[in-house]
Formats: sequence, C-alpha cells, structure tokens
Amino acid sequence: MGIKLTPVIAGFIPLLDSAVLVAAKEKGFAEQEGIALQLIRETSWANIRDRLAVGHFDVAHMLAPMPIAASLNLTSLAVPMLAPMVLGLGGNAITVAIPIWRHMAELGADLDGDPASTGVAFAKVLSARKERGESRLRFGVVHPFSGHAYELRYWLAAAGLDPDIDVEITVVPPQLMADALAAGQLDGYCVGEPWNTAAVQAGTGRIATYKQAIWPDSPEKVLGVTRKWANAQPDTLSALMRAISAAADWCAQSDHLTELAQLLAGPKYIDCSSDLCVPALGGEMKLGKNTHKSIPDFLTFSGGLRAAPSPTQGVWFFSQMVRWGQAVADPEAERQAAEIFSPEFYEAALGLGLVGEPQAIRLFDMPVV
Amino acid sequence: MPQEGVIVYLCRAATFLRCIKNDLAHNAGMRGGLSILVIDDNKIRASIIEEGLRDAGHEKVILVHQMEGLVRQIADINPDVIVIDLENPNRDRLEHMFQVSRAVQRPIAMFVDKADSQSIEAAVDAGVSAYIVDGLKRERVKPILDMAISRFRAFSKLSQDLEDARNELADRKTIDRAKGILMKSKNLTEQEAYDLLRKTAMNQSRKIIEVAQSLVIASGLLGD
Repeated sequence: MGIKLTPVIAGFIPLLDSAVLVAAKEKGFAEQEGIALQLIRETSWANIRDRLAVGHFDVAHMLAPMPIAASLNLTSLAVPMLAPMVLGLGGNAITVAIPIWRHMAELGADLDGDPASTGVAFAKVLSARKERGESRLRFGVVHPFSGHAYELRYWLAAAGLDPDIDVEITVVPPQLMADALAAGQLDGYCVGEPWNTAAVQAGTGRIATYKQAIWPDSPEKVLGVTRKWANAQPDTLSALMRAISAAADWCAQSDHLTELAQLLAGPKYIDCSSDLCVPALGGEMKLGKNTHKSIPDFLTFSGGLRAAPSPTQGVWFFSQMVRWGQAVADPEAERQAAEIFSPEFYEAALGLGLVGEPQAIRLFDMPVV
Repeated sequence: MPQEGVIVYLCRAATFLRCIKNDLAHNAGMRGGLSILVIDDNKIRASIIEEGLRDAGHEKVILVHQMEGLVRQIADINPDVIVIDLENPNRDRLEHMFQVSRAVQRPIAMFVDKADSQSIEAAVDAGVSAYIVDGLKRERVKPILDMAISRFRAFSKLSQDLEDARNELADRKTIDRAKGILMKSKNLTEQEAYDLLRKTAMNQSRKIIEVAQSLVIASGLLGD
C-alpha cells in the first residue's frame, strides 16, 4: 500500500487547452504530488461554473473571465471564485464561412490572418452587404463571459464596427460550432481549438485571424476554484498547481506532440480524430485548405512564471465587461477583478518568489511603447 | 412578467422522474397542477421527461426543441417550472438568452443523484433555492418548488436590503466628505455645513445626497 492520495475532482470541457489537466492525470504528475485527480467531462461552461459553485467539483478548467463574473454576481449561482493559475495561453481563432472569406480576400484581407487587415476587409464586406440590403451576419461564441466573446468584439470594434448592431452574436457550444457553420446557422465564430481546424478540414470555413495575433500571450483558460475551497484546502491547491505546472512543461515539449494529440483525441477526452488536434498543438496551422502558416505560439502551455496570472489581466477582462454593458464601471469591482487574478497562491505554491511587475496589456492595435 | 416560475436543473433526468412519481397522489386532488416547460433539443430525452411528468398527473407539459424565439415563448406561456437537463449542451445559450431577458432572476432548483452535506451547504450558499437529492427523502415536487420560490423571495429581499444598506453607507460617506469640503473652504462648523447642504437641497428641490455628490465632484475637478 502506498501513501494515501488526496482526491481532487476537476471539471473540464473537451478542448485542446484541457491538456494540462489531462496530462497531470494521465502522465502521473498529480500522483507524484499526492493527488488522485478525477476528471469529469462537462457539456457547458454554465455547468462548469455551477457545479464548482455547489461543490460537485473542487477545481475546474474555466474560461478566464468566468471567476470574475461569478464573484461580481453577474451570472447565476454567483459565489466568490479565484483564478490562481493560467492553464493555457492563446488557442482561439475567428473562423468565417468560405463565401464570406472569398469576399474578404477580394477586398484585400491578409492571407496570414493579420487582425487589422482582416477586420478592415470584413467591415467592407458588411457595408457591401448593407448596400445590397442583405441580412445581418451571425457569429457564434461559446459564452457571453469568455475570451472568445471579447476577442471577437475587440476585432470587430477595432475595424469600426459595432458588435451589437452590425452583426448578431449568439452562444453555441464549442463542439457544435463547425456543424452550425456547415449548416448555415452561423456565418462565423470564435472558438478554441480544435473546432476552427474542424471547419478548415471540412472545407466549410477559413480562419480569418487568431487570438495570438489579437492579444499575444494572453490567458485563455484558468484553473477556477471557489475562494472557500482555496482557503479550506491551501495545501491541496498548492500541490495541484505544482502538478499542473509540471504537466504543462511536459505538454510544451515538442517531442510529446504525437502522444499528447492521441491522448486528447481519446474517447474520454475530446473524442475526435487526432489529426484535428495536431495543428494547434504543433503550431503548424492551416488557416484555409491550402494556406499553411507556422505559428509556434498559437497555443502555449507553460509551467513556471508564465502560468502565473496577472492582476492586469483581471482588470482587462473587467474593462471588457464594462465596455460591452455586462457590468457597471466601479473601482471596487475592478479591484476585486485584479485580486481574483493575483499570482500570490501560485507563487507560494511553486516557491517562485515575486513574479515582478504586472504584465502590461498590449493588443494588436495598440502602439508599441 | 414571467418572474414567478422556478428553473429546474437536472443532473439526472431519472432522479427528477422518481421524485415526480411521488407527486401523483398529491396531484390527483388538484386542479391542473403545475405548468411545466421542458427545454431540450434532444427529443428523446425531452419525451422521456414529458412522459414521466404526465404519468405523475401533470397535464400542462410543454416541450420546446427550438431555441429560436424561446424567450418570447417563455413570456407567453409563463410556466411554473422550466426544466433544463444539465446534459443539454445548449445550457450556455439558454443562459445567454435568460441574461438578456432578465428571466435569469428566477429561483433555481437542482435535482442531483447524490450529495454530501458539504455540497448541499455549498449549493445553498451559491443561491440554489432547492437542492433535491435522489433517495434521501421522497418528497413531493410541488411543495419543494413552493419552498424554492419563497426562499428565493427571502434571499432576494436580503440581497436588496444589503444593497440598500451599502448604498446608505456610501451616501453617508459622500455627505461627510461634502461637509468636510464646506467646513474647510467656508470655515463652518459641522452643523453649519450640514444645514447649508440641506438648505441648498431644499431650494433646488434636490436630495441632500445629490447636492453632496455635485459638490464632491466639483471640488475634485477644481483640484481641492
């Protein structure tokens, strides 16, 4: 008999960036830290949040803005939550239906996915459609409080469009996006991988731009915990974050690519062809059927310093909630958003010492300082 | 306003149906029973739930498979209960619609297959109005939902009271700051400063807090 392991139940959504949790369990990193990690696959982000709130899960793979929305009582079943660690950077893309892409390309859209250029081209497509009296285009995002929603809105607004007037934004589960696009229910969407590659491979969609180009090295999923659990189980949380950090380093090594892709594609996890997982994991994306682009940091996993959250990230997410009318501007709420993204728990767990200056937020249309 | 009903989330449809079965005897004596809206694009799952509800004597069961125009339908039907299975992958979409329409401000009941005391406590802390665990207690659904509504009302009132108390505290702080500004700039006592605020408010038919806010903002602009 070995030492008794501490059970931890984690909820996840089948997406590539659940990789660090999957690797922590399957490659023994959790066990090495004394944790029996149980992963439960969920079908919606609302379930992830609610089941974390009611204690069915101890921790969860969570959309980065979600712990803020829950803590500020902006969504149902609101309890104070924390984002003590970042699980993945980048990994999303904006895909449009092929006829729309053709029109964008005719109007000068950059083939390599430059967000400023594709945004301008998309705005031109919309004004041409307006002149012809055609209907509004409909875009899908996975949740109103998500990086996807804010990236899509940011990209549209930077091109002079009003995301609430010029297009319609609706919510669709990630695994249904590509099918909805093929069926003509959506004209485009912003989603995590592998669901952009799915439309590219099916020949129904073209990646217009991607998260890493919109906001380089930005947090996408975080480890979500309730404040109550973090306070009650600080040692378990620390051990878990050390395990995930080691797992992230394992995932980041290029010679593990094939094994990781196969692991994630398995029936317990994403349950898809491993061919779908390889492009984003390896940073060799196909933006269109015949357009290959090397984007080494398209989706990155990392332990150590880079997995530490930064208060500036929390503040940025809150600023987007205010910008799009989900929250009211309030210095106290902003302070809370910063605190939810505090790196303290993570620094202490990994013995990193001070992470240093909070990272400055720089998106594609902001001047280089 | 469709604000009266309960949203029911099901961890396992079977749990809900077992609980519902016990309603039969109770509902036999009632006229009509509850009106129940089942939202599910999975037709098989939805009809299993529907059948269970009808067996239990609930005749006003409406199935909705289409997400289009749903909010309007909810407003028209104004159901007592909205049933959504947690397995439904469209939950995020439903949540988005409820948020836009404010229908999210309804009590929530959750039917789960098992739970420990900690998760029940956590559920109540999180604002779940009724957390029904399979096999623990065979209770009738109607009284559970009634309880959920009354608890939700009490909880909403509590939240409102808390909000009011917070606002009142913030107002008092603002008035204190405004008094401080007047005392410093016009060399007044505290009582004189307050009287001046009150007089100004009365002359302008405004609230004292409004005058105080204007003063604090103006003073901030002038750089104290």
